[in-house]
Amino acid sequence: MIPIQMEINGQTIEMEVAPDLSLLDLLRAVGVASVKKGCGEGDCGACGVLLDGVYVKSCLILAAQASGRCVETVESLGNVEHPHPLQTAFVDAGAVQCGFCIPSMLLAAKSVIEEYPEPTGDQIREGLDGNLCRCTGYVKQIEAVQTAARVMKEEDHE
Amino acid sequence: MSNSFSQVGTNVRKVDGMALATGGSLFVADLAPENALCGRILTSPHAHARIKRIDVSKAEALEGVYAVLYHGNVPRVLHTTAGQGFPEPSPYDTVMFDDKVRYVGDRVAAVAAETPELAEQALSLIEVEYELLEPVFDPVRALQPGAPVIHDEPDAHVVIPVHYEPQRNLAALVETRVGDVDGALAKCDVVVSGTYVTQYAQHCPIEPHITLAELDPYGRVRITTSTQVPWHVRRIVAQCCQIPVRRIRVVKPRIGGGFGAKQEVLLEDVTTMLCLRSGQPVLLEYTRKDEFVSSRTRHPSVCTTTLGLSKDGKIQAIRMHMVLNTGAYGSHALTVGSNCGSKVLPMYPCDHIEFKMEGAYTNLPVGGAYRGYGATQAVFSVECLIDEAAAKLGRDPLELRVQNHIRSGQGSPIFKALGEGTEGVEMTIGSCGLPECISRGAEAIGWGRPREKSGRKARGVGMAILMQGSSIPYVDMGAATLKLNEDGSFNLLIGATDLGTGSDTVLAQIAAEALGVDTDMIIPLSSDTDVTPFDVGAYASSTTYLSGNAVRKAALMVRHQILEVAAEMQKCDQEKLTIEDGRILGGPMELTCSAVALHSLYSHNQKQIMATASHISEKSPPPFAAHFAEVEVDLDTGFVKLLKYVSAVDCGTTIHPKLAEGQTEGATMNGISYALTEEYLFNEKGRMLNPSFGHYKIFTTADMPEMVTIMVPTYETTGPYGAKSVSEISINGALPAISNAIRDACGVRLTQGPFTPERVAKALRG
Repeated sequence: MIPIQMEINGQTIEMEVAPDLSLLDLLRAVGVASVKKGCGEGDCGACGVLLDGVYVKSCLILAAQASGRCVETVESLGNVEHPHPLQTAFVDAGAVQCGFCIPSMLLAAKSVIEEYPEPTGDQIREGLDGNLCRCTGYVKQIEAVQTAARVMKEEDHE
Repeated sequence: MSNSFSQVGTNVRKVDGMALATGGSLFVADLAPENALCGRILTSPHAHARIKRIDVSKAEALEGVYAVLYHGNVPRVLHTTAGQGFPEPSPYDTVMFDDKVRYVGDRVAAVAAETPELAEQALSLIEVEYELLEPVFDPVRALQPGAPVIHDEPDAHVVIPVHYEPQRNLAALVETRVGDVDGALAKCDVVVSGTYVTQYAQHCPIEPHITLAELDPYGRVRITTSTQVPWHVRRIVAQCCQIPVRRIRVVKPRIGGGFGAKQEVLLEDVTTMLCLRSGQPVLLEYTRKDEFVSSRTRHPSVCTTTLGLSKDGKIQAIRMHMVLNTGAYGSHALTVGSNCGSKVLPMYPCDHIEFKMEGAYTNLPVGGAYRGYGATQAVFSVECLIDEAAAKLGRDPLELRVQNHIRSGQGSPIFKALGEGTEGVEMTIGSCGLPECISRGAEAIGWGRPREKSGRKARGVGMAILMQGSSIPYVDMGAATLKLNEDGSFNLLIGATDLGTGSDTVLAQIAAEALGVDTDMIIPLSSDTDVTPFDVGAYASSTTYLSGNAVRKAALMVRHQILEVAAEMQKCDQEKLTIEDGRILGGPMELTCSAVALHSLYSHNQKQIMATASHISEKSPPPFAAHFAEVEVDLDTGFVKLLKYVSAVDCGTTIHPKLAEGQTEGATMNGISYALTEEYLFNEKGRMLNPSFGHYKIFTTADMPEMVTIMVPTYETTGPYGAKSVSEISINGALPAISNAIRDACGVRLTQGPFTPERVAKALRG
């Protein structure tokens, strides 16, 4: 067992983990339900998190590798009463159908907007390429990212 | 007509949208207690074998293992996993565990253990000795004399009067004949014929199948499961585990997509049995590999179709012979097969039609319900052959379709001849927006505009027209209960199953429209067999149309009760009263639904204002669609780049336009991905070689073409506020539309999906 310590959505945890435990399985074990397991092989993108601000697939990272680092999941974006503009834009655009892939996709979208504050369609498509969604056809999600980017820019100016 | 609605036709916020977007604990895996045991299934490494010996004693002896199941210690109950109404049209050819395995991935045993690692270890301790049997993988060969018999057990049988011959691997047979096809073809000026092959595919819900079973303190089993059919789950688990229905409660939380795969009852029986045997909560989930190999698939098909036309372009005769590969079990073989005819042949009314469908058992993964449900397989041949006929006649394929397609007021003998494996229901088409779908779609794609064909890249366009259905007439039933609360809100209890489609929202809108209140005032709760009334579940494009009508009926009954109480309160004529935005208008007093609720609950002649209504349908009105594709074919590599795709759809009234568009876009993208990349690869022993998203390619944002979605409004008088179904139809268009576009671009006809560079290059080289 390996002792680890990390910050998850602002809360520090300390525990001992098996050397082969993935960050995904750790997060789910400590009750972070938004991080989903769709394949466990790095293909579906439902388990994305921000690790020290960088979007990664948590099934491909060992929990021990994330020790000493800062993990953010969609719980850190907003909540039902105070949603993040991305969450509002996704819901209002009809971009959320079953919603299983959405928490992770929102974090990927956040990374896109951080890199490109006014993202083009191609930049969004490239940024969300690792997030499989079988429900929507992606059209409304791309619209939603553009809407959210506009809203976030306006909020920045205020 | 739609202008007079206040809730229907508006994009209200999806009721579960923000809870999902903020990562709430809403899915089965999120709801498992910490002490839940981990279930795992041991599957067969062989395509066809008898289990000569199985020893589970070492697994049972392992500390931390609570239950081990195999054919020697569970009841042998023949059933079908198909998750259909009772009695099912699929054969009873499945038991929980058998002493024979019929495909690589078939169940052998199951365990429940404290941790996933222990469960895996327990599986590895189960000793199985197999006697290998000759497998058969080709459906056409499987039906020939001398082929290995896959279901040689004496107890496999059907529970409705249909043809079933397992001794020759025939899982299902449908034959129907109208007029004289041979005679008509002999007189036709143009006859076109071809064999079209469709491949295995998986639904790929991003959440794989998952089930949690728990015993409550009363000894009842609570099954929380990712399903499209909670009531069928309850009935089939009771059947398989031989416990009464009353001991079972099935709850469907949010589920991560289904697309037909979760109509199958695949994990619930085993999970429940593990729970009963261990006395502990058990969580059983498929891995992605399990989902590909051991879940359900789209039935592959070999379809030979012939069209005969007179020189004026009128279609005179159609013959279709479909061979479906149902894999090792006959789940949905009969009904998918039947729908190959019933959802495709009526498109072109003519006097001479022959349809034959044979569903063949093979030692490959099992077919099942998959969005499109047979129409996907069959429409490929017909819509490609329409283009072939147009080429022979020197006609524009669009005009040829316009000349021949079914219209409002027309019927088809096929509606009566083909039902769900047995006879269907006579029907004439009510609403039909197909002409407008075709004209608006053509405009969006730039139909008739010349495409560049110079150099090593050639562009082309193609189209296809489509129809589906809305529910299964006289078979499907949905029910709803609505009750009024003190604040003027309403609990809407529905059996209907929202699998991510947004049906909770759509049904809330229908209730709100009928009541005269805002959709915010409706609190939907769906799919809990202890709490909500029955519904067959989310399949056959039925929820909006069928369950929506049940909701509307219940809401109109509640509205009547509200007005009755309001009239009594004001001592006025009930007939003069109406409800708008939660206020009772037309009487002397200013009343609200809330005031009526308070009065009826606390003041006088007290009662709960509530109603329950059920609905069955007398018809299955088809939605219609026209799909258009523009491609660029690389003549050297065979790579097909899809440049633009247009889906123009008539689903009647769109209750929630954005959700209806979302259904169309999602189905379209799935169809495109199926046409261009998705396929199962097998080795010579029947083992799937590509059971991962890394090797089974589904489309991502990077692969998307320019997508155009056009919703063509019509009004279906039998639907709730004019609505028909929307969910399935748009998955069917891509195979024929893209094949036709490739033909237009470079002159070659692709008759087998997916249209990979390899297949296209091979076709180009003749």
